Amino acid sequence: MNDIYDVMILGAGPAGLTAGIYSSRAKLKTLILNEGAIGGQMVLTNEIANYPGVETTNGFMVANTMKKQAKDFGCHIKSNIKINNYNLSDKLKSVMLDDGREFFAKSVILTPGGKPRSLNIPGEDVFKGTGISYCATCDGEFFTDKELIVVGGGNSALEEAVTLTKYASKLTIVHQFDKFQAFEHAVQEAKNNPKIDFIMESELRGFFGNNTLEKVSIEHLPTGKITEKSVDGVFIFIGYLPNTEKIKNLVAVNEKNEILTDEDMKTNLEGVFAAGDCIAKKYRQITTAVAEGTIAALSAAEFLRINN
Amino acid sequence: MLQTAIHEIETSNELEKIINENENVMVCAGRMGPMCIPVYEVMEELESERTNIKFFSMAFDTPEAAPIRNAPMCRNFMGLPFTVYYKNGQMVHATSSIQSHQQITNILDKYFE
Repeated sequence: MNDIYDVMILGAGPAGLTAGIYSSRAKLKTLILNEGAIGGQMVLTNEIANYPGVETTNGFMVANTMKKQAKDFGCHIKSNIKINNYNLSDKLKSVMLDDGREFFAKSVILTPGGKPRSLNIPGEDVFKGTGISYCATCDGEFFTDKELIVVGGGNSALEEAVTLTKYASKLTIVHQFDKFQAFEHAVQEAKNNPKIDFIMESELRGFFGNNTLEKVSIEHLPTGKITEKSVDGVFIFIGYLPNTEKIKNLVAVNEKNEILTDEDMKTNLEGVFAAGDCIAKKYRQITTAVAEGTIAALSAAEFLRINN
Repeated sequence: MLQTAIHEIETSNELEKIINENENVMVCAGRMGPMCIPVYEVMEELESERTNIKFFSMAFDTPEAAPIRNAPMCRNFMGLPFTVYYKNGQMVHATSSIQSHQQITNILDKYFE
């Protein structure tokens, strides 16, 4: 059998990396297995201005520092892996990767994070990178003097819409409800921008074009009326889904497939903890993920002390 | 300067030399941004597994990356990174924006195996 770890952390966003820092610093043999990019959703953030004690920076820098801290304390990190099988219910937990490697641990911290929600409508995959984008700061300049649509009504959608008006000649925000979920200051900033129009109570139904995106179809939800609108680009900011698809049948989750935890980040399974954007909670911030990762690591350490 | 573990091509002459001297080449032209970093990480992982392929990065904003930015296959691209694939010196495929591990390996299998 391979080496047995004290703590195995599944996911390397801010919650997972923090748990890795705390548990490896506590001299627990710690492994982080990560399926995506180190830093998770944090690396999607180009400016972090409200992380206490850190002057304005970007998500990549914070993620890189957290990763270095964890490794310096002795944490093992394996990235870009794919987990095929999970055994979370036995006393000795294990996961098997798609290449056949198997890892064992006495406790597990689930920190798989979230992923950007997509619209899942016809044409979305076809025009990704040729008209559809999920990152304003990455791709905004490709749409200089072009007409854009931003889909969404939260803080990200409205703030990124305002950012995109630096490039776009005209921008329309399409939102499914009759009011926005964003903070009032973000709503007012968007409403006061002369380049921004709004189409409320409406959803996109399809993307169309030849080599690049040329138009979209939009349904007005109260009436069901579908119209077409010419557009050069669409930016989609409609929130996140928990990355719990592969574990939702192994651990207790709510109706949104978010993992249920108590105040010590314990799940319903003995020796299994969870933290970060995958758990059921109201606020999703780097600071909250870091706090939960800390609690999960300390709880795992206590679990190991009592059960060893 | 990109902060990745894969070798960064710094000039267009170096790019030309590499694609002419190697049968299979993948180059990701991007920045240290959220759509680009995941692609670099996949390349870092694949570099040790796919020894028949040479993996490189290139800073998107340098004028030296013009052969990639202006390539006919990239004409309609509007999302970073621009990832291009060369076979025997010829560009055989290109993608725009973030790509998953599976999407990249599918391309490598199709064009380089």
